Amino acid sequence: MVEVKFRPGDRVKVMKAYPLGHIRTPYYIRGCTGVVERVCGAFPNPEELAQMRSGLPAQPLYRVRFVQSDVWPDYRGGRDDTLDVEIFQHWLDKAAG
Amino acid sequence: MSELGKYTPLTYFQLMEVSLRELLVEKGVVSDTDVDAVAADMKSRGPERGAKVVARAWTDPAFKRRLLADGTAACVELGLDVPALRLVVVENTPEVHNVIVCTLCSCYPRMLLGLPPDWYKSSNYRKRVVREPRAVLAEFGTRIPDEVAIRVHDSTADMRYMVLPMRPAGTEGWNEERLAGIVSRDAMVGVALAQAT
Repeated sequence: MVEVKFRPGDRVKVMKAYPLGHIRTPYYIRGCTGVVERVCGAFPNPEELAQMRSGLPAQPLYRVRFVQSDVWPDYRGGRDDTLDVEIFQHWLDKAAG
Repeated sequence: MSELGKYTPLTYFQLMEVSLRELLVEKGVVSDTDVDAVAADMKSRGPERGAKVVARAWTDPAFKRRLLADGTAACVELGLDVPALRLVVVENTPEVHNVIVCTLCSCYPRMLLGLPPDWYKSSNYRKRVVREPRAVLAEFGTRIPDEVAIRVHDSTADMRYMVLPMRPAGTEGWNEERLAGIVSRDAMVGVALAQAT
C-alpha cells in the first residue's frame, strides 16, 4: 500500500489535470480545494484496473469536503452547504492554509 | 412492410449486453442459470432492507453509534450481507440534511435499497443535485430551510452511502416494524424526509 499522506482536517487541492482513461475524479472538482473528512482506506487504483492491470499498490482514498460556494461561484445557498467527494491520493496535493 | 412499424431494435447497450452474455455462456465462463440467479437476487433486494437498518438505529442508540462508525459491520450484525463495498451512513439532524448522488455513473447502495430508480441514474439529477441541491430537493417536494446545511455526497469511488433520516415526531412508542414502514427509499437517498403516516 502507498503511504497515507493526509489526515482528517488537512487542506488539500485536487489536481487540475485531464488525462485520458477511466478517471474517478469528477471534472467539476478538479482544481478545487477542500478538507479531508476521513481516510476511507486503500483501494486498487481504478485507472489501472480499467486497463486490466492489478491496480496495486493500493491507493489511499479520502473523502474530501468542499464548500459549495467555492466549487460553484453562482451557488445559491450558504457557506455551510458542502459537497463530499471521494478522491484518490494521487489526485491530491497539500494546500496552503 | 407494415409489421416493420412494430419492430423495436435493441439499443446499442442492450445489444452489447446480449452479445457479451451469450459469449460468456458459449465459452463456459458462466451459465444461463448463473445469470438468472444473479438477476433474481438483484430484483429481490428492495429498500425494506435499508428501512430495517434505519428503524433499528431509531430505536437502539448503541446500534446507531456503531452504524455511523462502520456501516458495513452494523449491517452484518443485522444479518444483511453487504458484499465487498464499504457502507457509509450519514445522519440527518436538525442542522444538516444529506443527499446522495453518483455524478460519474449510478453507484447506489444496492445491497440495502435494491436497484436504483431511473431518476437517480438520469443525467438531469446527477448534474444538478451537486450544484443546486436545494432546487432539486424542492422538485421532490422537499423544502430544506435555509438555516439547515445541505451536504451532498458524490459516490465517486469505493464507498456507498445511505442517509439515516430523522425520526419524525408522532412516532413515539412505535415498534421497529411500524417504524420501518415509514422509511421510504427516497428518504434514504435524501430527496425526501421520513414522515409519520
